[in-house]
Amino acid sequence: MKRLYTASALALAVLLAVGVFVPTSPAATVGPVTDPIGVVKVNRGQPITIAYWMVVAGPDASLGIDTRRGVEIAIADKGRVAGFPVRLIGEDTGCNAEGGVTAATKLAANKAIVAAIGSNCSSEAVPGAPILWKAGIVTVSPSNTAPRLTAPDRGPDYGGYLRTAHNDSVQGRVAAQFAYNKLGVRKAATIHDGSPYAEGLANVFADVFSRLAGAGSITAREAISPTDTDMRPVLSKIAAGNPQLIYYPIFIAAGGFVTRQAKEVSGLANVKLMGADGMFSPDFWKAAGDAAKGMYHTSPDLSAAALGPEYVKFLEKHQKRYNEKPLAPFHPHAYDAAMIIFAAIEKVGKKDSAGNLYIGRKALRDALFATKGYKGLTGTLTCNQYGDCADPKIAAYQTISADPAKWNPGTDPKKVFP
Amino acid sequence: MSVNTTILPRSTWWRRVSVVDLYLWAFRLAVILVIVWGLVGTVRAARYGGDVWVDFVIFGLSQGAIYALIALGYTMVYGILRMINFAHGDIFMVGAYTAYYAARALFQRGIFNRHPLFSLAVVLAVAMVVALVTALVVERVAYRPLRRAPRLVPLISAIGASFFIEYAVRGLYGSGFQAYPEFEIFKGEWTVFGIGILRTQAVVIVSALILMTALYLFVMRTKTGTAMRSVSEDIEVAALMGINVDRIIVITFAIGGAAAGAAGVLYALVFKQVHFFMGFYPGIKAFTAAVLGGIGNIPGALLGGIALGLIESVAPILVLDGLGIVAPYQLKDVTAFIMLVMVLIFRPSGILGERLASKKA
Repeated sequence: MKRLYTASALALAVLLAVGVFVPTSPAATVGPVTDPIGVVKVNRGQPITIAYWMVVAGPDASLGIDTRRGVEIAIADKGRVAGFPVRLIGEDTGCNAEGGVTAATKLAANKAIVAAIGSNCSSEAVPGAPILWKAGIVTVSPSNTAPRLTAPDRGPDYGGYLRTAHNDSVQGRVAAQFAYNKLGVRKAATIHDGSPYAEGLANVFADVFSRLAGAGSITAREAISPTDTDMRPVLSKIAAGNPQLIYYPIFIAAGGFVTRQAKEVSGLANVKLMGADGMFSPDFWKAAGDAAKGMYHTSPDLSAAALGPEYVKFLEKHQKRYNEKPLAPFHPHAYDAAMIIFAAIEKVGKKDSAGNLYIGRKALRDALFATKGYKGLTGTLTCNQYGDCADPKIAAYQTISADPAKWNPGTDPKKVFP
Repeated sequence: MSVNTTILPRSTWWRRVSVVDLYLWAFRLAVILVIVWGLVGTVRAARYGGDVWVDFVIFGLSQGAIYALIALGYTMVYGILRMINFAHGDIFMVGAYTAYYAARALFQRGIFNRHPLFSLAVVLAVAMVVALVTALVVERVAYRPLRRAPRLVPLISAIGASFFIEYAVRGLYGSGFQAYPEFEIFKGEWTVFGIGILRTQAVVIVSALILMTALYLFVMRTKTGTAMRSVSEDIEVAALMGINVDRIIVITFAIGGAAAGAAGVLYALVFKQVHFFMGFYPGIKAFTAAVLGGIGNIPGALLGGIALGLIESVAPILVLDGLGIVAPYQLKDVTAFIMLVMVLIFRPSGILGERLASKKA
């Protein structure tokens, strides 16, 4: 009897682990909509629930707060979607894989969520997006840039993932071309932090740069972990190769340490420093202090010349609502992400005679992927079959004063390319 | 009642060797082989000049000095209470973070750079006092009621106290980081014997040495120090001898807390960023350092801290680079913790051994 009990308990545990009992969203017919993945019903008078999963706490909070504000302004601008108000809920993700998994799992359990906007860091999206898509929730990312998330071999787990942010294969190329053509650098070193974003971007830069400058032009390809504080040994090792530029496309905390300590390591006194959009924030200037003066960043081009008068209007709304300049470069991408989701909901949402709204999940996903020629803040968005919707415009900036109170992208840091 | 006292002759030692012993010896041998292989690889490649190695050693010394100061708190509390105070890393953080506000106030009034030594003294005092008070409160609330409990219970209480302090600071000061203002006089290098040392690092190493020497003299030469040593040897007999054990424990926590607060300011001097979670990794590393040097032993904490700092700084490039591992500094934390495992395998009592009577071990 006891043996039977143990055997059945073991079998139960195995079945639970395998996930036999987890209900996948079944093909459903709810109201006037039939959908193979599931249907969301929004009762008349209730709001449509959109969720965000962004980095809104911790050292990289400026990234998430900035994109969330973009979404909030989009909601305020749109007013009502298909006659329904929009409610924004969300989770903090912490810019690491564990946070991404936690946030995605919490959101996936909420069946009322129509679509999600996020994440910020590619390390969160790699495990998190499949969790959301398994629950049928499509997610549009405003700032993931790692190439692997929209690569042709990404797999069906990412079937519900799109992004309005640029792909880093573009950013890395622009960075390498800027360094080679404009700065005249012939030897460079890269540092990444093991995250999909940083590693992907550093690799793209290294590939393009070594094609431009020849073999051996990348003197060192180093890595640190994001929680490291002492970068001096890595920098000493890099100094031994005598590079002219160090490209470190990492996040704010680690980037701050590298910047400060690079100036202290002997042999790197005249080396140019270049970072990327992950640390394009006044918080980075706070972390790096005066050592950031004169350093370069690649980041989305947010000048009025590139984005047009609509963006200037957006900035005015932002200033009126939040009383400060945007903290990071992805707010227009978040605005566009919210807007294409609203457009897709209006396209596929069906109302019944009582006035309730029904949204098929697969239909919503297909409508988002079919976005073509959408005129958004960041340019003309056309989504390809792998989820890349962006119209990438990357610029290079140079830091002048490194005073967080004087943060004004375009002026200080000054746009130096194109 | 007869007792069998025959001792097996030497030639039958092989009968007493078990499979586990053989495995352990093989493992030790394998580890030594890997390390030697890495060393040979690095020496043969000879990619780095002598001054680079000296730089690594100095970075390791300054990092190790900070670990040593925090390890002092771990080792003293273990010596007296046989308990690992996991909240100690967060006491380090509380001191550093609160002193940031003092530093910022001084900076905004312009006193910071006009009277740098005075400002440094004020910031140090604030950090040490806050850390000391926090350590005492934690002792009173989390450890004293559990004095008679089985050993695992205060350990769990310590972990709980650690989380509480971290998230209380997060609630009070926010989840972002803050950056310390910079001392103008500590920017740049000093040249000692032809070697360039960063001024901040020199200050860290010297201050840490002074504090540790002061502590060592206190423990060895004063009456209270002797009382502390006797309590760590045998708590019940010390009480019988008329020592107020509660007072001694309070003094131990106070000194450990003050040392951690000072370590926090030195860390902030070198790294500038403070953050509510910054005590987590240094706390674990300092605990590793204390075990490495022999927990319960104050010179052991010093030695363990310096050794750990040096290993973290030098080992990736000395061993891992020679083994052909790409981007060895990503594995820096791995080398530190492997070091802990190695010590526990090769010499479980730590480098300087536990200074306890064997029946207490």
